[in-house]
Amino acid sequence: MNTVIKVENLSKQYRLGEVGTGSLTHDINAWWHRIRGKENPYLKIGEANDRTVKGNSDYVWALQNVGFEVNKGDVLGIIGRNGAGKSTLLKILSKTTVPTTGSIKIKGRIASLLEVGTGFHPDLSGRDNIYLNGAILGMTKREIINKFDEIVDFAGVERYIDTPVKRYSSGMYVRLAFAVAAHLEPEILIVDEVLAVGDAEFQKKCLGKMKDVSVNEGRTVLFVSHNMAAIKTLCNNALVIGNGEVKYVGEAVSAVSYYLKGGEESQNRKAFNNSYAYEAFTLNEISLNATGHSSETVLDEYQTIELNTIITINKEAERYHFSYVLNDDDGNAIFTFSHVNSGVRLKNGRNHLKCLFPKGFLNIGTYYLAFYLIEDGRTTVFVEKDIISFDIQAGERPLGSWMGKEPGFIKPVFEWNNL
Amino acid sequence: MKPTNNSIEQAGYWTEEILPKTGLFDLRLKEVWRYKDLLVMFVKRDFVATYKQTILGPIWNFVQPILTTIMFLVIFGKIAGIDTEGVNKISFYLSSITIWNYFANCLTGTSNTFVANAGIFGKVYFPRLILPLSICLSNVIKLGVQFLLLLVIMIAVGIKEQHFYIGLSWLMVPFLVLIMAGLGLGCGIIISSLTTKYRDFAVLITFGVQLLMYATPVAFPLSYLMQKSKYAWLININPLSPILEAFRFAIFHSPQQHFNFNTLWYSVGFMVVALFLGILLFNKVERSFMDTV
Repeated sequence: MNTVIKVENLSKQYRLGEVGTGSLTHDINAWWHRIRGKENPYLKIGEANDRTVKGNSDYVWALQNVGFEVNKGDVLGIIGRNGAGKSTLLKILSKTTVPTTGSIKIKGRIASLLEVGTGFHPDLSGRDNIYLNGAILGMTKREIINKFDEIVDFAGVERYIDTPVKRYSSGMYVRLAFAVAAHLEPEILIVDEVLAVGDAEFQKKCLGKMKDVSVNEGRTVLFVSHNMAAIKTLCNNALVIGNGEVKYVGEAVSAVSYYLKGGEESQNRKAFNNSYAYEAFTLNEISLNATGHSSETVLDEYQTIELNTIITINKEAERYHFSYVLNDDDGNAIFTFSHVNSGVRLKNGRNHLKCLFPKGFLNIGTYYLAFYLIEDGRTTVFVEKDIISFDIQAGERPLGSWMGKEPGFIKPVFEWNNL
Repeated sequence: MKPTNNSIEQAGYWTEEILPKTGLFDLRLKEVWRYKDLLVMFVKRDFVATYKQTILGPIWNFVQPILTTIMFLVIFGKIAGIDTEGVNKISFYLSSITIWNYFANCLTGTSNTFVANAGIFGKVYFPRLILPLSICLSNVIKLGVQFLLLLVIMIAVGIKEQHFYIGLSWLMVPFLVLIMAGLGLGCGIIISSLTTKYRDFAVLITFGVQLLMYATPVAFPLSYLMQKSKYAWLININPLSPILEAFRFAIFHSPQQHFNFNTLWYSVGFMVVALFLGILLFNKVERSFMDTV
């Protein structure tokens, strides 16, 4: 076991707001402190980087005292929600920016793939772009020449190799770009979300290639992704970053469940107190959880999901029923469902209705529920759109299978027979 | 996860260390050399990108010098009637414009290195100095094409006037181009380093280059100014003046031309200082410019 990357006390501070005379004043002040041999006054201030909260200071710490080690041959996943500091960490590792304090020690050549096709020029042919992109990523001409046929083959664009890449379909473009990157031979490879592009077959090829690189060739990979399925499948270890700090380091599977569980605030339970208190009824609470788990746990595609509705009806309960409309991200209705269709009725007083979505019924994605309370089976007396939203995450899938989202919103398990 | 790394933490185990600050003189020029293939690819990219889908291609480089020569001919030649030290006026203006263009292109090209390439710089690391260097090299191609035009015109004029000079002093030309490149690169990267955070200089550079042309003996010989103006010192402190004078002297060698070679040392000295300062500054800025650009 050899350490190939050692990150110690790494911090990165950013200044928010615009560059102008205000920042000039700060620059001059910082410089004045420096020539008198004093510490930069702006390094003492700054807050954890939470984009949702309005801060008091113009300085934020995108990373704060981050430390970890990576061993040779490791595939380390880096997880965290948007703005947690993943990209900042990658930028520092790939030397596109410098840390404010701390250090990183590296053994071996490092190549980063923060974007596929960096420096691709639309007017150059595929051939020239392979050379250009390869050179940008740090390959020598000789290395590229040796790998050229392999790259073209991997990308599957042989026929178009002398055509300017602006004539390529977007899929071909991405394939070519990834092919160059995949044939880099650094000891350490940093990959950021490149799986978000490309068709299914190609994604499979890329994931396979990444696994190959680490397992068979003993190289180290740092892989940042929002795709939990890919993290679980590819990585042996993972790092959870939140608000610029390392929250968890450990085996990939446990890191993912840490991240999905506590790392993020769950929106899956909403207690309404008296927000929806009316003469006829009070809507107390709506929550979602997977069977056997609390509403704090993130829902994944392979779990049975329970939808709990707690509502108090003050009088004449037999006249009322409610229904939900399930909407997608864009507000399109997917389907409507109600307890009356299953023969369940409301009674006077407090009702707790539980609705079960079978395993694998909902596809991964974000959903919104709209709540309708209906009187006498025809009059809507109360509507609240987007009353609660929830995410369905990907579960662990077998290696080699498609890691992305399949088309559609539901993927019900029907009864099949092979006759 | 934590290995027993007492044994491996010896000096030389780590091949690279990323720190908040590096030494002022840690220029990593060796690394620039390692990326020489990239330099060539950038030059090729610039060339292809500039002439994509044109039929005349590099021939378009003839247009600007020809039009400027005609303009100089009318204004400085006919209206102001400034003498050109016995050199044919067309050849004189065209030659000045050719070498001046090279400097101007290098300067303006390199001066927005950071801002123009923020996209690539933000995604992948390579020695940033490669890009301004590639601009100076790309412009050598342009210079070559324009020099070809100059040669054709000089030969045509030579046939008409039954006089054409060719001699050992032509060998000076590559050195003069090199000094020009150094000056353009040095000043350009100083400006580009200064403009990453505060863009004020970028505004200045566009018309600054035009103004500088009139403070350089481009459309007139230095000797003309020395006789006539009390502002001649202004032209004298301009490190570009000796280069333009030397260039015309090298290719025309007219008996009326008087060139003092010692003045060229001033240009060389200026170039070395500008280049050195530029690389220092550039090196300091390149590490963190992504945060402020």
